[in-house]
Order: sequence, then structure tokens, then C-alpha cells
Amino acid sequence: MNGRNNMDNTVIKIRDAVVSYREDVALQGVSLEVRKGEFIGIIGPNGAGKTTLLTVINGLGKLVHGQAWVLGSLLNGRGGSNLRKRIGYVAQVENIDPRLPINVRETVMVGCYGRLGLFRRPTRAQWETVDKVLEMVGMAHLSQRPIGHLSGGEYQRAAIARALVQQPEILLLDEPTASIDKKAQGEILNLIQLIHKEYHMTTLFVTHDLRTLPSICQRLILMKDGRIWQQGSPESMLKEEVLSQLYEAPASVPTEIVPLQT
Amino acid sequence: MDFSILQYHFMQNAILAGLFGGITCSVVGVFVVTMHLSFIGVCIAHAAFAGALLGLWLGFNPLIGALLFSLASAAIIGPVADRGELNPDTSIGIVFSLMLGLAFLFMGLMPGARTEALNLFWGGILTVTQQDIIFLAVITGVIGGLVAAFYKEIQAVICHREVALAVGIPATIIFYGLLFSTGVTITASLQSIGGLLIYSLILNPAAAAYQLTYSLKRMLLIAVAFGVISCWVGLLASYFFDIPSGAAIVITSAIIFGLATAFSPKRKVKGWQQAPLAG
Repeated sequence: MNGRNNMDNTVIKIRDAVVSYREDVALQGVSLEVRKGEFIGIIGPNGAGKTTLLTVINGLGKLVHGQAWVLGSLLNGRGGSNLRKRIGYVAQVENIDPRLPINVRETVMVGCYGRLGLFRRPTRAQWETVDKVLEMVGMAHLSQRPIGHLSGGEYQRAAIARALVQQPEILLLDEPTASIDKKAQGEILNLIQLIHKEYHMTTLFVTHDLRTLPSICQRLILMKDGRIWQQGSPESMLKEEVLSQLYEAPASVPTEIVPLQT
Repeated sequence: MDFSILQYHFMQNAILAGLFGGITCSVVGVFVVTMHLSFIGVCIAHAAFAGALLGLWLGFNPLIGALLFSLASAAIIGPVADRGELNPDTSIGIVFSLMLGLAFLFMGLMPGARTEALNLFWGGILTVTQQDIIFLAVITGVIGGLVAAFYKEIQAVICHREVALAVGIPATIIFYGLLFSTGVTITASLQSIGGLLIYSLILNPAAAAYQLTYSLKRMLLIAVAFGVISCWVGLLASYFFDIPSGAAIVITSAIIFGLATAFSPKRKVKGWQQAPLAG
């Protein structure tokens, strides 16, 4: 019975996953289980397979070997869009065309479109939800601004708002604080932690920069060369000798990982 | 102005062709311009042209040739551009030059006077038939209906396809739907605007509208207005100054683009770009 209880609580289960892009093997035999409500940090050097691991979870990365169950369904490379409706994804800031004809409120509403389905228009209640979430992430005053006119930090707030209106069961954050300034990084990290505290969504947070690791992390996964190299509690992993081996360069333990300010 | 020309049957046909052609070309133009895929559109246009010439040479309906070639080119270019194995510029450039090569090959192989083939080059909005107009009208209706039905998905896909995919929108199907719509639109407008000129009517009104607004709905309306105005003004110019109609339409649309750019409120946008991506 104990095993069964474990099953019910497991939202992600990956067994021996291998993913390759042309000749490169991006993941070589990764196994991972994630329980409902966990906040997991995934760290490692560039090219370690962190982003690929996230794409396996949302069904966009194709397994050449191994199996993955996410939210109760076995991924088989097809019909992934139904799964993606239940998974929020925030990527790192990208360069976008400042002339793009879509504003903040509209781009946040896109989060609802998957669940809403084809041929149905957003309802007034959904627009109200969008406005409420914009308020929560501190973007209400920018709701009519074209997304191409946002700063990096504002753009990420909008991306997080979009993931929230999706009401996801899993939240995937792929370097959400890369290439934004330090102050905005702190604000975004704080927002992410507040959201986890409020909604307890299962969250996977990928970063190559140890200084942007939220303190709320319950488990740290260290990836290297397409494999999970080590994993454990942040206390046991954030040690100089472990990190130096991981990055193959002298690495210092961040003096403090980003605390939650309420 | 003397409006007695409107009494001529051929002029009424031309005005209708300009209306429907202007609407559909501008609508699909908004999609390719927003996706920054203008060159894919150029390529599809030339494929349609080559297909039509193949039809003329082998004696089947040129529209069928145009449709097959434009859809096939969209089906080839889409994945190549997506997979990133070759630089999209390179692969699209190769398909584009191949299509132009095929067009000239089919023309060279064609026996006889080639008047019809040259018509496909320049288009003849003043000589469109009732049948051409009905075809254009049906395509306009279908594309308009599809845009209305899938508006929210289309907006998500053309503005940020990765995001659309990640929230569970069938982004790939919508993307290919847009490319195929471009192929169908080009096919339907080939007779009236001409293979070499059709693309300007797709690109110019949409690019002009892109300069003027941040709202997709408004952009669609402005582009459609510019497209229809280009057709009608070009048509009148062609009649009064006795110049080729297709050329007059394209030049009008280019002038509208020039004016829109000159008066664009988005010119200030440069300042935004220079500002660092920072908090």
C-alpha cells in the first residue's frame, strides 16, 4: 500500500531517458521522480541537459530510449498539447521585435488559450483573472503596453503571469533570471517563491548561476554531460568540493541563496 | 472625375477582383510579416507561378498547377526552416531560385506565342473572368472565416510560436495552416495580379500597417484597407494613363508603405531597442 501511496503522489517519473539531437546526445539515461508540490532546483554547466530535461517533461523533447510519465500519462511523442495545457513554462528572456502587435494583457491571456480550446473566446471572468494576476505580479500599470517595449524584468513578470493564468499543475522555469539585471533578478526570484508558497505547484527551476538559486528549494539536482550527476538536499549539495567538481572549475558556495521576503 | 468607366463590364470585374484580391493578400500578408517570414512568402509566390506555367505547358488548368506547387513549397520550406539544419535564408533561397529556374524552363519549353504565360507574369486585372472572380470571392470568404474562427490561436502563433506551443495550442498545425493559406491566396490572385507582382501586394500593405499600430485587429483592418486602395488606385491609374495594371497596383502599394513608414509612430521604437534589457 505504501508503494501505491507513493505512486499517487508522484507527478513526474522518468526512467532511463535518452534524448538526442542529430549526433549529439543531450540526455543519456536520466531517471527522476518528482513528488507533488516539490520545489526542485536543477543546476549544472551549460550543455549539461537541464533544458532538455524540462522539454521531456512538457512532451516537446522526443525520447529515443526510456519512458516518462507526467501527470499520470505516459508520453509517447504524440498528443502532447493536452499535457502542455497543464504545465506552465517560463523560458529565459529572449530578444523580441519591439513592433510586435500584442500587448501585455493579451500575451498573458494566451496562457488560457490552451485550456480554453479551439473555437471558444475568452470570457469576461477570464479577463478579470488576467487583470488580477497582473496585479499580483506588479504589472497592472503596464497591461496595455506592447510586449516588445518591456524591460527584461517586466517581460519575465508577464511570462510568469501567463504561466499562472494557465493554472498549471507543474511549473517549469528555465533560467528565468538569465540576462536581466541584479535588482530585477531578486524581484523575480522573490515572486517565484511567493507563488510557490501560495499555490504549492510542483516547480522545477533550472539555472546555471548558483547565485540565482531560491532558498525555497527542497531538492537540488546536479546535472553534467547529459546525466544526473548527484542529487540531494541543498545543504548537502552546496559544498565547495561538490560544486568545483560539477563545474570543473573552482566554484564558491553562494554566501546566501536568495531568501524569501514577504 | 469621369466615373462612366464604371459602366464597363470589364471594369466592374476588375474592381471586384481588386477588392477580393486586396483583402486576402493583405490578410495573409499580416501573418507572414508579423512572423518575419516575408521571404517564405516570396518563395511560395514563385512556386505558384512555376506551377501555373507547368499547367500551361502540359495543358492542364494553371490554377491547379499553381496550387500544388505553392502547397508543396510550403510543405518543404516549413520543416527546413524549423529544424534549423540549414540556415533558413540559405534553404529558402535555394528553393526560391529553383522555382524561378523551373518557371523559365517551362516557359522555354512552351510552344507558340506564350501570351498566356506572359499574362501570368504581369497579371491582367482588366481581363479577369467571372470565374476568376468567383474563385477569388470564395477564397476570400474561406480565409476570412478561418481567421475569425482561429483568431486567438493565430495571434498567439504569429507573435510567439514557442509560447503558443508551450501552453498547449496546436501551434504547428496553425503555422502550416497559415503557410498553406498564403499558397492558396497567391494561387487565387495569380491571374489578376501576376506571378512576379503578387508578392508586393502581400508584403506592402501588411508592412505598412505594421508601422502604424500595436493592435493585431487594427493591423488587419488597416492592411486590408491599404490593399484594396492599392488595387483600386492602381486600376484607375492604369486606365487613365494606359500603363500596366499590375505594375500600377504594386507601385501604389509601395508608395503607401513609404508614407506609412515616414509617419510611423513606431519610429521612436529605436529608442526602446537601444535601452538595455534591464529591470
